[in-house]
Amino acid sequence: MDYLQTKGRIFDIQRYSIHDGTGIRTICFLKGCVLRCKWCCNPESQEYGIQEMLVRGKPKTIGQDVTVAEVMETVEKDRPYYNRSGGGLTLSGGESLCQPEFARDLLRAAKAVGINTAMESMGCAKWEVIEQILPYLDHYLMDIKHIDSAKHKEFTGKGNELMLENAGKIAFSGMTKLSIRVPVIPTFNDSPEEIRNIALFADKLPGVDEIYLLPYHRLGQDKYEGLGRKYELPDILPPEPERMQMLKKIVENCSKLVCHIGG
Amino acid sequence: MEKYYTQEIPKTDRIPKLVAHLYAKMPEIESARARLITESYRETESFPIVMRRAKAFEHILDNIPIIIRENELIVGSTTIAPRGCQTYPEFSYKWLEAEFETVATRKADPFYIADHTKKELLEADAYWEGKTTSELATSLMTEETKKAIDHNIFTPGNYFYNGVGHVTVQYDKVLAVGYEGIIAQVEEELARCNPGDQDYCTRSQFLQAVLISCHAVIRYARRYAELAEKEAAACADGNRKRELQQIAANCRQVPAKGATGFYEACQSFWFVQQLLQIESSGHSISPGRFDQYMYPYYKKDLESGKLTREFAQELLDCIWVKLNDLNKCRDAASAEGFAGYSLFQNLIVGGQDKDGNDVTNDLSFMCITAAKHVFLPQPSLSIRVWNKTPHALMLKAADLTRTGIGLPAYYNDEVIIPSLLSRGLTIEDAREYNIIGCVEPQKAGKTEGWHDAAFYNMCRPLELVFSNGYDKGEKISIETGRVEEMTTFEEFYDAYKKQMDYNISLLVNADNAIDVAHATRCPLPFLSCMVDDCIKRGKTVQEGGAVYNFTGPQGFGIANMADSLYAIKKLVFEEKKVTLGEYKRALAVNFGQGLDEISAAEIVTQIVREMEAKGMKVDESQIAAMISTVMNTQLPAEEKQRYEALRAMIDEVPKFGNDIEEVDLFARDVAYTYTRPLLNYKNPRGGQFQAGLYPVSANVPLGAQTGATPDGRLAHTPVADGVSPSAGKDVHGPTAAANSVSKLDHGIASNGTLFNQKFHPTALSGEKGLENFVALIRSYFDQKGSHMQFNVVDRDTLLDAQKNPEKYAHLVVRVAGYSALFTTLSKSLQDDIIRRTEQGF
Repeated sequence: MDYLQTKGRIFDIQRYSIHDGTGIRTICFLKGCVLRCKWCCNPESQEYGIQEMLVRGKPKTIGQDVTVAEVMETVEKDRPYYNRSGGGLTLSGGESLCQPEFARDLLRAAKAVGINTAMESMGCAKWEVIEQILPYLDHYLMDIKHIDSAKHKEFTGKGNELMLENAGKIAFSGMTKLSIRVPVIPTFNDSPEEIRNIALFADKLPGVDEIYLLPYHRLGQDKYEGLGRKYELPDILPPEPERMQMLKKIVENCSKLVCHIGG
Repeated sequence: MEKYYTQEIPKTDRIPKLVAHLYAKMPEIESARARLITESYRETESFPIVMRRAKAFEHILDNIPIIIRENELIVGSTTIAPRGCQTYPEFSYKWLEAEFETVATRKADPFYIADHTKKELLEADAYWEGKTTSELATSLMTEETKKAIDHNIFTPGNYFYNGVGHVTVQYDKVLAVGYEGIIAQVEEELARCNPGDQDYCTRSQFLQAVLISCHAVIRYARRYAELAEKEAAACADGNRKRELQQIAANCRQVPAKGATGFYEACQSFWFVQQLLQIESSGHSISPGRFDQYMYPYYKKDLESGKLTREFAQELLDCIWVKLNDLNKCRDAASAEGFAGYSLFQNLIVGGQDKDGNDVTNDLSFMCITAAKHVFLPQPSLSIRVWNKTPHALMLKAADLTRTGIGLPAYYNDEVIIPSLLSRGLTIEDAREYNIIGCVEPQKAGKTEGWHDAAFYNMCRPLELVFSNGYDKGEKISIETGRVEEMTTFEEFYDAYKKQMDYNISLLVNADNAIDVAHATRCPLPFLSCMVDDCIKRGKTVQEGGAVYNFTGPQGFGIANMADSLYAIKKLVFEEKKVTLGEYKRALAVNFGQGLDEISAAEIVTQIVREMEAKGMKVDESQIAAMISTVMNTQLPAEEKQRYEALRAMIDEVPKFGNDIEEVDLFARDVAYTYTRPLLNYKNPRGGQFQAGLYPVSANVPLGAQTGATPDGRLAHTPVADGVSPSAGKDVHGPTAAANSVSKLDHGIASNGTLFNQKFHPTALSGEKGLENFVALIRSYFDQKGSHMQFNVVDRDTLLDAQKNPEKYAHLVVRVAGYSALFTTLSKSLQDDIIRRTEQGF
């Protein structure tokens, strides 16, 4: 049971999450990310280092080193809710794959006690890293933000080749349920053409039958200020419901995917 | 074929018309009942009380004006004015006379009262001086008890001023055999009575009183039959004419005889429901398991083709409207505690039969639809939940919850049934429980539960610990020692328990005094003929005629007391950051946050008392000047800072509601300081006291009578609601709060517990939202929670949350793919969400 002692760095555990994966879930947010998405709603997740952020005027330490066992203690508390709703543990970030052993051991610990597992991730890591996680993962919620690598790089800091390649490998492995999620960001990827390209890509992945369009929101905007950073997309507004419906139609017309708006 | 019909049946045009008619005007107070009961009482002074009650009931029913409202299919109105109310001077009347000029303009539940009504009430009331239950109750209470009530330690005001109500009678019996059937049973009993029997006098008088009451009810229905015939003859509209003729036929058949079909059963039910509320003014007369006792009539008519589902739904909807036609005027203070003109007529669907089979049926679904169609506060719709409750019924209920109506309330069979067993019910009776009023379980037709016997403010005894038994300079309780001299937490906690025990004994005294007063002055023969075993025992429920007898007073403020005592344990005795003396001073000055007029007046009262004790005279203007001085006195800046620092320290101490084992188990223990001592007491009907943990809406007005508490709560702000965590102190979401609450002992609080949760509509949106919501309820119940109700907040609440974030720290909202605590969001985002709420689902 050594894996229960694996240490990692998290910045939050959120209970009663009902929009990320099936049922009522507990989300563990891992600190550190490979990308720097300009719209990121959890900017405090990006740095691996422990930081201080002003929350409603008061300084708050962001980041805490914990063992798998410590996280599981909180995860266990909502077991009655998982049982009734088909929920469980979700890893999020940051990018969970930045802490591969910790992510793997958290998922392993949950599976070992019969708790359903999910992970939100861009798949931005070496295949060997992902491969050792898959045996413990029930549901991979994979972000695909753009098909055009240059534009991907402009808005997130990295090209998308590795992630798209991993998406294919995960799908072909057949080891986990794979769903594709697309943050719909005005000025970045909200044109019919861009959404269609993502849908066409996702539709070709074996076993993938669902896609989620997540409308841009401004939940994280205040945090940039709290971190002493500048928010680089101050002028864009959340997409109108009508636009989201239009994009949903585009996905449904060009693919066999079931398309959801929101998580 | 599916086991139940789960489809939603459409609403007819009649329903909005009935509702509009009902709500066209402010409700009005009428004087007919007061006039008639007084006329009768003047004539019967030499009779035994039970006979006087029956004669008065008869006189009222024979003479009270009757009306059939436009478009009604179910008839029987207590007042000519829609939603009007009668008065009940035999319980109390002086408060109303005192409020004649303000009752129409007060904030909570105003009533119009005409000048001629005032005059007639004054004439009638003149008779009642010294003859009411409230006056007798007062003379039966000890001085200490009266003092405790005066100082707001508890309030038994509900039954002190009013009838008791809080009962579910044998509707099934009336539906089956009618009052003629009951008359036959009573005549048989009478024939068995022998003038030489020890209890012949009281027994035979009671049985004759029942006969008079039943005959009066049959005649009352015939008056409606005649009125309907008369209106039918004059009606030009062919459709309405046929409806009126059917109404007349129904009222000739029921409630005299058994109902032959569903429509008659609906009419028969209604007369029972309405007339119980003419006999006495008690509220929470609860229809109970309506879907069960109505079902045989529905099934028979549906199968024979006599009834369509659409018409059955329309009749249910009509009953739902009628339940809002009944009304009650309370005194201004009580009106705040029971705000919303509520009569708490609790109607429950689903659950088990006596053998433990699930008994959900078509009507269970149609009752939920009726609530959606009518969309009014009455009846208080409830649903019984157990392991075999069909998922479809849960989804249907959840779909109603997300409309924001606050209905239904969910009850857990798996806690309530064992809890009732522990109070002596048989397993068959326990399985057939229903809910009375807010959250109180009982077995219908066998119980006089006195379920809402008082509100007991658990915060006040803690104040008495700090004051060593004094309040406003007057000794009102036992002395438990000076807190400054207490050296261990155990000593302090023990003092709290002693203050609790002593005041609970006074609470029992108050309730028992009122109980005796009701038995002496207001026994209820009509109600009693529908509760076992009154007919066999030959006495009313007020005299102990029911099979099961309880008294259930409510404690509230558990979360405040748990957080307060825990903070003292940590800060004073473990971390030694503050002394009890300092704490005492901080509470007295409201943590330096300024004194309101109530606090200032309390301090001045104390000073004046001391001055007068020394022989000094103080006049009104001096008192006013002193109050203003106290209010304007500023604490030295240093001291103020110290109390603010203390409050910040308190804020850091873990609170109940966050799924922290140590704190939650501590709260469990604190709740026992109320629930356990009560079990030691008996009532005059031979039954046991049992605690409830719920506040109705009294946590707000009674909070206004409570000073600052050691959990950091400021003076005169609301105390926590039911068993819920203190508002804003549960910060880890709904599952953590529910887990904490489930760790209390719900079984021992066999008079019911109440747990409120607030959600934003989007948390329940879509199919997935409903599924997760149902799972949340199921999971809380898996952990042995007893009751759950939901406030799905609307736009106004969100606007209020923007202005007063401290009240809403636990409000969860959904933003796109994320859930978040509303108050932590930026103003602009909050505005986004508020805008989105307007779009509904």
